[in-house]
Amino acid sequence: MKKHIYIYTLCLTVLFSGLSFAQQTPAPKQSQAISIVGATAHIGNGQVIENATVVFENGKIVRVGASATTQTSGTVIDAKGKHVYPGFIAPNSTLGLVEVDAVRATRDQSETGSFNPHIRSLIAYNTESKVVESCRPNGILTAQITPRGGRVSGTSSIVQLDAWNWEDAAVKVDDGIHMNWPNNFSRGRWWLGEPRGLTPNKNYAKQVQTIKDGFNEVLSYLKGSKSPKHLPFEAMESLMNGSQTLFVHVNTEKGILDAIDFAKQNKLKLVIVGGYHAHKVATTLSQNNIPVLLHRTHSVPNMDDEDYDLSYKKAKILTDAGVLVGLENSGQMERMNTRNLPFLAGTVAAHGMDKEKALQLITSNTAKILGVDDRLGTLEAGKDATLFISEGDALDMRGNILTHAFIQGRTLSLETHQTRLWKRYMDKYDGK
Amino acid sequence: MKKSYLLLLLLLFSLPTFAQDYFPKNDGVKTEEHTITAFTNAKIYVTPTQVIENGTLLIQDGKVLQAGANVSIPKSATVVDLTGKSVYPSFIDPYANFGIKAPKRSFDRNSPPQYDAKRQGYYWNDHIRPDTDPMTTFTYDNKKATDLLKAGFGTVNTHMHDGIVRGNGMLVALNSNGDNSMRILDNRSAQYLSYQRSNSTRQAYPTSLMGSMALIRQMYHDADWYAKGKAKRRDLALEALANNKNLVQIFHSGNKHNSIKTDAIGDEFGIQYVLIGDGTEYENINAMKATNASFIIPINFPKAYDVSDPYAAGVVELEAMKHWNQAPSNPKALADKGIVFSFTTHDLKSPKEFMGNLQKAITYGLDKTKALEALTTVPARILQQEDKVGSLQNGRQANFLITSGDIFDKKTVIYENWVQGNQNVFKDKSHKDLRGKYAFNVAGNVYDVTIAGTPEKLKSTVMKDSLKLGSKISFKDNWLQLQFTTADTTKTEFIRLTSPVRNATFFAGKAILANGSESSFNATQKEVSGSKDKKGDKKGKDKKMEAPKMFPLSYPNGAYGSAALPQQETILFRNATVWTNEKDGILQNTDVLVKDGKISRIGKNLSAGNARVIDATGKHLTSGVIDEHSHIGAFAINEAGHNSTAEVNMEDVVNPEDVDIYRNLAGGVTTIQLLHGSANPIGGRSAILRLKWGRSADDMLFKDTDGFIKFALGENVKQSNWGDTETTRFPQTRMGVEQVFTDYFQRAREYEAKKKTGTYRYDIEMETILEILNKKRFVSCHSYVQSEINMLMKVADEFGFNINTFTHILEGYKVADKMKAHGAGGSTFSDWWAYKFEVNDAIPYNGAIMHSQGVVVAFNSDDGEMSRRLNQEAAKAVKYGGVSEEEAWKFVTLNPAKLLHIDDKVGSVKTGKQADLVLWTAHPMSIYAKAQTTMIEGTVYFDLERDTQLRRKIKNERTELMNMMLLEKNKGMKTQAVKKKDKVHHHCDTVEF
Repeated sequence: MKKHIYIYTLCLTVLFSGLSFAQQTPAPKQSQAISIVGATAHIGNGQVIENATVVFENGKIVRVGASATTQTSGTVIDAKGKHVYPGFIAPNSTLGLVEVDAVRATRDQSETGSFNPHIRSLIAYNTESKVVESCRPNGILTAQITPRGGRVSGTSSIVQLDAWNWEDAAVKVDDGIHMNWPNNFSRGRWWLGEPRGLTPNKNYAKQVQTIKDGFNEVLSYLKGSKSPKHLPFEAMESLMNGSQTLFVHVNTEKGILDAIDFAKQNKLKLVIVGGYHAHKVATTLSQNNIPVLLHRTHSVPNMDDEDYDLSYKKAKILTDAGVLVGLENSGQMERMNTRNLPFLAGTVAAHGMDKEKALQLITSNTAKILGVDDRLGTLEAGKDATLFISEGDALDMRGNILTHAFIQGRTLSLETHQTRLWKRYMDKYDGK
Repeated sequence: MKKSYLLLLLLLFSLPTFAQDYFPKNDGVKTEEHTITAFTNAKIYVTPTQVIENGTLLIQDGKVLQAGANVSIPKSATVVDLTGKSVYPSFIDPYANFGIKAPKRSFDRNSPPQYDAKRQGYYWNDHIRPDTDPMTTFTYDNKKATDLLKAGFGTVNTHMHDGIVRGNGMLVALNSNGDNSMRILDNRSAQYLSYQRSNSTRQAYPTSLMGSMALIRQMYHDADWYAKGKAKRRDLALEALANNKNLVQIFHSGNKHNSIKTDAIGDEFGIQYVLIGDGTEYENINAMKATNASFIIPINFPKAYDVSDPYAAGVVELEAMKHWNQAPSNPKALADKGIVFSFTTHDLKSPKEFMGNLQKAITYGLDKTKALEALTTVPARILQQEDKVGSLQNGRQANFLITSGDIFDKKTVIYENWVQGNQNVFKDKSHKDLRGKYAFNVAGNVYDVTIAGTPEKLKSTVMKDSLKLGSKISFKDNWLQLQFTTADTTKTEFIRLTSPVRNATFFAGKAILANGSESSFNATQKEVSGSKDKKGDKKGKDKKMEAPKMFPLSYPNGAYGSAALPQQETILFRNATVWTNEKDGILQNTDVLVKDGKISRIGKNLSAGNARVIDATGKHLTSGVIDEHSHIGAFAINEAGHNSTAEVNMEDVVNPEDVDIYRNLAGGVTTIQLLHGSANPIGGRSAILRLKWGRSADDMLFKDTDGFIKFALGENVKQSNWGDTETTRFPQTRMGVEQVFTDYFQRAREYEAKKKTGTYRYDIEMETILEILNKKRFVSCHSYVQSEINMLMKVADEFGFNINTFTHILEGYKVADKMKAHGAGGSTFSDWWAYKFEVNDAIPYNGAIMHSQGVVVAFNSDDGEMSRRLNQEAAKAVKYGGVSEEEAWKFVTLNPAKLLHIDDKVGSVKTGKQADLVLWTAHPMSIYAKAQTTMIEGTVYFDLERDTQLRRKIKNERTELMNMMLLEKNKGMKTQAVKKKDKVHHHCDTVEF
């Protein structure tokens, strides 16, 4: 057993020797072509190529195919028996906005106020975060950095997870605006003597109307002289003209239907985030081509009566109904848990979905939903060489052991603060 | 005109007044009266079982003189003829807050918490208030009294609803005409207790249910010590407690689980409590019976939920809907079991709802005599006040009802409620029923008048020949007023009639004609109608009260409950891959025979005999997953009121109906350690539970095991993340944490020394800590940072014991060699970190490193969701650090069993061990594995196939119940808005108070 660890340690040490700074240094630009040969390639669109060759150059994938028929070039990585995947994408994430949950000074995810479309997550994204670093060795290479709080939380951006600074990191700047839809249930404030539990929210209709009125005001402003400048309204322009996406965070059946209705009336590009009850309105979602970034798979049902595996199988129910689904992981300890994103997809596969389809939930589907599928999400020629090699099935804990990872063709360090501590203490015990 | 029903004093002169003959009198001459009133020809319920069909009741000076069939009526008596009417003893509410306002909870979140008692000269905890004298705050509440009187109540036992020990109650007659000198029948009637904190103090302890339970136990020990005269300080609270010792002890426990626990606490101290139920006793009626307690139960049957909006209806749980369906059967269930019970109006919005609900209980099968007993003789007996109230036997208070008939019949009218001989009239019993057809003779003209409606609210039709005239009728205090238009349709002119009615067959009075001249009229009844004419309609209404379909109970009585408790089986798993966790390793194509709850044989081609054979081809059989650190299945987690709470016990607060238990079974979990939280360095004692879903809390406790206790270190215990006001409790630093332990261990040793002398104050907390020092109880310590881990091992070494387990232990890898040397195990998270500053150096390789140094390592959950995927978490030991699969699997099975000292019983697949087994659909650590069958001691508690059936059952029952509720709404019955219970998913740091 000890020997096993030792060999593994040695292997990593040899591969990445010299990388022992406080944070991992971002990898330099790809200087020569790399060919991964012999691996099982999980393309990310449902397709699998056994004994594949993946070639990338200048940060882009140039060729993917069966090894027998695909020309290699540049450095060849023998990946026989291994698996190659497109980098996983974590949408609706606060990575880099908070470092330590309990320490207020490190929390930058939620601004005061309720109408904050002008708030931009990108500029607060900390590329040096130790939590960000810990995601890479599990194959999470891209994330949508999303602000929280308020009715309109702000504007998100999409970043790659190996960068010197946020400009460097940006894959798509200001991709969408996030809104928390009113809940049609409210919780009793028991500490004020109200009964505990959820009851219908009497102010729901009023709260929805406030949103509608607000959007009408924005429209009036944008059609007018725009003077004096109104920063939040200005920030809504791309959303109103359809070049940005509206991410509505909503969970209840009625809320989802109302949000769809609202988006249709305002001709907005809508994505449902959370969507606890999305499976109940799957047909409507499908008919209207509304994708869903589905809530954390690893969560217990809200109700006693619900199936114990409801959260596990929801993605399949939606997918079967024709809805485009990506998995998101917000909730308690969401940042440190981001590295478990592959296992959310794995669980979906365990509960009935085809493994390659489950893979799409964290690759190509998410890329499509975030509007970055021209660059990310699959192993296809022309796309960014953001991909990794795993010893085994990357959706299973036992197989998700990365040997190589690349972002835009750059060879990443798979070391982290955590691997260094591991080695340091193993060395201590081994008497080194 | 409703005022006439309000506490009307019709015959003021006939009321007996109690002369205060030895007091000065300045408002007139002495007017003492001792009138005897005789109520004759009534059906008299002297007691629920002693009924006189045509009897006489004599009362004098507010008391019953005599009640019987052959009572001679003194000449001087005032006689009230009650022919056709019934007389019942007025009802008693033994759990009232009548006239006593409890303080409101204050919400001062900006001041620092208060740890010590504020009351001086009383007990060390302000929530213990046996000295509360209800009389000091009592103000007779006329309005509330009227509501209660109308509902039939004549006496209440009222007390201050505030605090854990609430002081004595007070028996009050609802005599709105008297004063307190007459009303208060007993100012020390029963003592009341609860688990709820007092609102009149901010003292932090107890913050939890188990804290309240521990406090009550310690209080009894302290009272004993005080009674022996050993205490050095004066304590008026304990003196009051001693003074109340011989009173009936009435305990508001909160729910059926607490009722069982409360009775057990009573048993520890030789006290039989009377228990205030919550209306769910029917769900566990045998356990209720076993308490031997009398119950006081609410009849606050839930209204149907308004499920007409399907989006809203979805949130109503099956459990709530079933309770709506079954709750009215609760009184019957108690009666059928022979449990002594009484009713209270306490949980009702208004006493007005009382009789309707009681009638509902009767349509659900409650025997009427039992119902009457529960309102009269039983509460009197419970309160030990039978000599005063509860019957109409000689000498009892003259508290009785006069009704039109059977008190439980919906059509029955309560005319009067007499309390202490004072009459309260709600409906005039002499009120004539005028309904019928009449000939009115007015100034030579004859009008045909039909009077209909209800006796109180009449409707008139006046005909002159074939012409219908506009008319209006009123009849009050037996005076009739009738006005109608003249036959001349060209004008709007009125004829007005007024007359006293002594006899409905003929009456005469004054008429004022259209021209203003006065004349006379008379009326002759030609036909009697009235109560019978709309019988058809009424029958229709009565049908609504018929008992609807009752859903059968399940175990537990909500979602995923089985119709019958699962039983032990003889089962042969055929052809499985068996993960033995023993030196045999992983066996292929192997059979395992389970018999009598044990693993009976392991081998190839075993003969099945009469065993049920489960084909396990391609499947994996393992021992059940054990979670060393869990907070599911609990009513509370943290007693945060003190820095040491070794006195509290999680076994007191097990919630066996938490659906997360079922979900854990679906993840292959068979045993958990229900740990106290991490709010303080010395936490509470653990409960080790086997997840026997459907069974009681007691049945779930792992039998014959060592006891455990939670300790904690770091940010939580020094309150780092509790907000800026929580900066006064010791310790606030890691430096202080060491001293807390040293202090308590030292004190425990000193306590032990004193104990040996035989003269000592029994201290539950010290007793528990002594168990630790003497290696009879074992520590599981929440810990993160290496310095504090090292510290605690040193402190333990100093006191001669060792720390059994460090739980969480995220920096265990830094001191793994020291842990090994000390003999401590590590129960850690697979990969949690970054949520607090102290987990900055937490690494997922922790488990592997500790394991490499020979530490017994487990992975735990501290989370009701992750616990059901511990099988996958084990795989992270393979991923992070390369532990072999066979060893990694032990992280969630054999190793936690070792840490909990149950590895001789469970934790591996070995002949003779208890059959806690899981059959997985795939490699158990693979993410693709599902638990197919989970068994505990040979009983299958989860099975995929059964789960499918249960889902179907839930769906069907939900649909049917929703339909029933819609029907209820369509019938015009009142409904309530949908509501979803607020489930708290507990973690280490969950504090609620």
